[in-house]
Parts: sequence; C-alpha cells; structure tokens
Amino acid sequence: MAGTSQKKLNLKLKVWRQKSNKDQGSFVEINAEGVSEDASFLEMLDQVNESLIKKGDDPIAFDHDCREGICGSCGFMINGNAHGPQKGTTVCQLHMRAFKDGDSIVLEPWRATAFPVIKDLMVNRSAFDRIISAGGFISVDTGNAPDANGLPVPKPDADEAFANATCIGCGACVASCKNASAMLFTSAKVSHLALLPQGQVEKTERVLRMVAQMDSEGFGSCTSTGACSAACPKEIKLTSIARMNRELLAATLNKKEAVEGDGV
Amino acid sequence: MAVASARSFLLTSIGKKYLMGLTGLIWAGFVFAHMAGNMLIFVGADAYNKYGHFLTSGYFIYVAEAVLVLSLLVHVGCAISLTIENRAARPTRYAVTPNGSKGVTLASMTMAFHGSIILVFIITHLITFKFGTYYETTVDGVVMRDLHRLMIEVFQNPTYVFWYVISLVLLGFHLSHGVGSIFQSLGLRNDRTAPTIQKASCLYGVVVAAGFLSQPIYVFFFAG
Repeated sequence: MAGTSQKKLNLKLKVWRQKSNKDQGSFVEINAEGVSEDASFLEMLDQVNESLIKKGDDPIAFDHDCREGICGSCGFMINGNAHGPQKGTTVCQLHMRAFKDGDSIVLEPWRATAFPVIKDLMVNRSAFDRIISAGGFISVDTGNAPDANGLPVPKPDADEAFANATCIGCGACVASCKNASAMLFTSAKVSHLALLPQGQVEKTERVLRMVAQMDSEGFGSCTSTGACSAACPKEIKLTSIARMNRELLAATLNKKEAVEGDGV
Repeated sequence: MAVASARSFLLTSIGKKYLMGLTGLIWAGFVFAHMAGNMLIFVGADAYNKYGHFLTSGYFIYVAEAVLVLSLLVHVGCAISLTIENRAARPTRYAVTPNGSKGVTLASMTMAFHGSIILVFIITHLITFKFGTYYETTVDGVVMRDLHRLMIEVFQNPTYVFWYVISLVLLGFHLSHGVGSIFQSLGLRNDRTAPTIQKASCLYGVVVAAGFLSQPIYVFFFAG
C-alpha cells in the first residue's frame, strides 16, 4: 500500500489472564511479533489471538464493537493508563506507532468493585446501564418528529450539552479514578439533560435517582484528582461534576413530595 | 420532610463531600487568620501577648473553638467514612501507575496521608501551646499569659522545629489541593473560573505554609 510504513514492531505483552469472575487471575507474558505500525491496538491483539488460537491456546478476551471510537465498548489499562498513553483516544483508535520496537506493554482490565471481571480484559459494566435507567432519559410523547427549531436552545447551552452528550460510557473514568468513582460518567449524563429544555421536567428526580443508584452500585466518591477527565476519550470536563453537585443540592431543596390525589 | 431530605442528601457520597468542603473552608480560613495573627512574633513580645490576651478574653473564643472542634470532627469523620468507601470501591491496585498526560498531582492522591499527619500535628500543637506551661507577664498594667516566652522556648528545640516544618509543608500541600476542591465539591466551579481557582488554591497553600514556616525558623535561628 502506498504511503504506509513497512516498519514492524516486536513487543512484549504482559496480559492479565483470568478465566472467570471466580478465578484469581494473573499476568501472562505473550510476545507480539511483526506488528505493523499502522495497526490499531485492537488489530495487534487480533493478530496475537490468531497465533494463540493456532497454537491451541485460549485467545485474550477483550470488548470491542465499532472500532471507530464512538461505541464505548473497548477499553482496558495500557501501562497504567486507561485507553493507553494518548489523550482523547479510545483503545481502538490508538495505533501501534505510539509504541517503540521492543517495548513492554502491561495490559489490565478496568479495576473496580462495581465492574467485576468477566474474563481477561473484559469487565461487566451493567452498573452504568442501571445508573442510566435510574433517570438518564427524558419522557416524550410519541408522534411526529418536532420541528428542528421548534424549541429554542441558546447556542452555548447546546454546545455544553453536546460536549457532555459525547460520553460513550466506556468506563475509563471509573478505571482511572483511585476511588473507582463514577462521578464523571453520571455528571455527564446529568449535565447533558440539565442544560436542555427537554430535560427540565424530570430534572429534580433525575439527579436524585441517578446519584442514589451510583452510590448503591459501590462506586467511590470524587477526590477531584482529575484522573477521570484526563483519561476520558471524549474529554468530558471535571466541571461537569461540580454541576452535578449543584444540581443535587438544588434538587434536594426543590423536591416536592407527591400527595394523595396526584395520580402517582 | 425537610429533615428527611437533608439527611438523605448528607448521606450521599456528594453530600459528604459538601460537608468536607464546608468544614474544610472553615479550617482553611482559620489557618490563614492564625498565620497572619502570629506574624506579630516579628513585631515583639508585648504585641504578641496582647493579641493572644485579646483573643482569649470574652466569649468569642468559646464560640470559635466550638465551631473549629465541631468542623474538625465532621471533616475527619467524613474523611474516614469516604476513605473506607473508596478503598472498598477499588480494592485492587494496578500493576503500573498512570503517567504522562494522564497522570495526576501528588497532593490530590495523598490527601488522607497528609490529613492524618496534620491531625496528629494539631493535637501535639494544642498540648504544647494551649495546654502548655503557663507563664505570666504584665503588659500595660494588665496581667496576661506570656505565650511569647513559651513559644521562644519551644522553638529552641531542633526536633520540635523539624516536626513543625514537616507538618506545615504537608499543610501547604493539603491546602493546595483542598482549597480548589472546596469549590468543586460545593458546585461553585465552572469552565471559566476553574483555571483561576486551581492557581489560587496552589498559591493559598504556598502562602499559608511559607507564612507559618517563617515563624519557628526565625525564632530558631535569630530569636534565641
């Protein structure tokens, strides 16, 4: 192929192998030979898995889907960094040219009580789904699609809401936080809807329920280290957490109790 | 109803951070005032003793002490509770520490460590001074405690000065991360103010630590 590099890398992988959630798990050294610099990190693992399968070994299990950085399926720790050394990048969008020939690379799954390991580098992130089901949505009537500009939204609010809506729920924030806190994820979802007119109806209930669910899943609290935001492939800002804290206080103060006859 | 929602708010992870932030704010304000007041060491023994006498006369001192002790208890209590929860949320450590552009400040990672040292320091500091030897002096015909004499005596001891230096550097470290985090926890930070708050927080830690440090070091080297 024209314009592609012919350089091949030989790498030493130290991969976390764990058969199941009940298994102890340990690091296993696996060599990755003849890796193209143009390969993505996941393609490199595909290559390693092919050779493992040929040898009759169990391939390394890892989550992946779109491989274009928008689905949130992939992600593990590469040398202690969630999604690897590059900022604003998912593992699938990380390329092997970020590494040098002869490098040792340590691969570990996300580590958090709320994210139990399923196998090798795969973890169960359904805790995030439960946080979303607790309130990360708006209730709308079905019918025709509304006019695009039927509901005016100020441009700065739209931009801010969009920046928060880009969260793909990969879990890098939890993985990189020393407290395994899900505050960046939850705050991105709270911020996204709190900034838009469509989100106002359920604003109070949403933040109260989502925070309660987040706490009950066993995530830690925020120490404002900023590790989450630095690791976030979508670069969600730490100030989203400040907004969620504000929203939670406001919701506590504004909460209205349902009374008999409200139809609830 | 109000009590129930306040209770459930304060029991959330975010509610506890609000308590940490508010009590931290009280103590951050106190240490600055304490440091500034102690600068009277550089003015003279009488000025220093008169200031101490003024603060301890009247009811103000009891209110201030009650607020500070209560704040400290809440701050430490929340810190212990949150640390236990946080350790449970992440029982396994990674084989490699995050680095490069995804690394974080040392101060933010070690709050519980310097917090504990500072707590021990506060206790030893109170034993040494507040509950220490009671000397008397007369300034302008008023009999008062000669705290200046005790302070000069204490800061002749190199071990003591060393312990103060370590503790105060750690206090500066604690404040450099803590003051900024107060704004974050109380939801008072946004994209526009965040960079300024971060810088101001570092400056606050440096100013308080440097101000406090100047006092025992000056006494040890020049006022013996």
